[in-house]
Amino acid sequence: MAHIKLPDEELPGITGLFNFRPDTAVPLRLLAETLLRGNSLLSSGERELIASYVSHLNDCHFCHTSHGAAAMAHLDCEIGQIDDIKDGFVKIPISDKLGALLNIAGKVQKSGKDVLAEDIENAKSKGVADQEIHDTVLIAAAFCMFNRYVDGLGTWAPEGNEAYREMGRRMAFQGYVKR
Amino acid sequence: MPHILLPTHLPGITGLLEYRKDTAAPIRQLTQILLRGDSTLTQGERELIAAVVSHANACVFCTSAHTAAADLLLGESETCEMVKQNIDSAPVSDKMKALLTIAGMVQKSGKAVTAEVVVIAKECGATDMEIHDTVLIASLFCLYNRYVDGLASVTPNETEFYRNLGERIVNHGYNRLPQGYDHLKE
Repeated sequence: MAHIKLPDEELPGITGLFNFRPDTAVPLRLLAETLLRGNSLLSSGERELIASYVSHLNDCHFCHTSHGAAAMAHLDCEIGQIDDIKDGFVKIPISDKLGALLNIAGKVQKSGKDVLAEDIENAKSKGVADQEIHDTVLIAAAFCMFNRYVDGLGTWAPEGNEAYREMGRRMAFQGYVKR
Repeated sequence: MPHILLPTHLPGITGLLEYRKDTAAPIRQLTQILLRGDSTLTQGERELIAAVVSHANACVFCTSAHTAAADLLLGESETCEMVKQNIDSAPVSDKMKALLTIAGMVQKSGKAVTAEVVVIAKECGATDMEIHDTVLIASLFCLYNRYVDGLASVTPNETEFYRNLGERIVNHGYNRLPQGYDHLKE
């Protein structure tokens, strides 16, 4: 049970919190929409992988699995492949560029200060642009917020990957903003 | 030196928010609602949460800026300093102590928040909305602190810079200035 009384306790993860305080939900949804589906040099699939990876590092099951499912939808992968994000990308093909950005995202998850000049140089040597570094750092930082919001208020999350299949498709193809 | 090319006249968070305005808009809007919107927590109390979390994340820019804002709102600088050092001995209400303790747990991890501390907060009179807002403010500053330091934006040393920034925060809030920031160019 969540730490606070939610109006609809059936709603999992962040959706129950959006329902609890709709006015803060508006910018939170728009931030996710802009970061994950807005203009970027990175594909939405790549950005969802970064989101799911950071959420895994933060041990946030709801965000890890739902954004993993969104990534699988974008990348046309089997839902079970979500587990590969936890396993360190053995099966999902990752470009050198995305590998360098995932390294930066993992540093941001620990602390902003952990991102070193050499991490940036390494990414730039793989052809990464400033905008991609910016977007990666902000996605990783944003999920350090979303993950804490979801778990800090003790929301519940469905267990297995399969339960997130439809949610992931909606996030990927309909997006994050209520229409 | 920042990791990416940023406007040189805007250190800290401002240059980042100007670098990509479409992501800045919802971040600013969220901050304005949480720190300046209607709440049973005072603006000073909410700035204390921002300062404590930024301090725990060792983000000098955000800690200095929100300490300056808290000091202005509270009319003294002792409380914020003491809260950053030791919540339990700081001159704040028991409710604020419990909420700041929750914020400190959120800084570590969402999972670090215990049912026990939430019960204590409620016994001290904290409402569900206050607990919600405390967790979301603490989470938001885990974003800000990582955004600022993860891109190595410039952290000024001068006390005067933060006094001015604190005044801007207190007087104008967190929305983008209507005239932009070109007037800050030397």
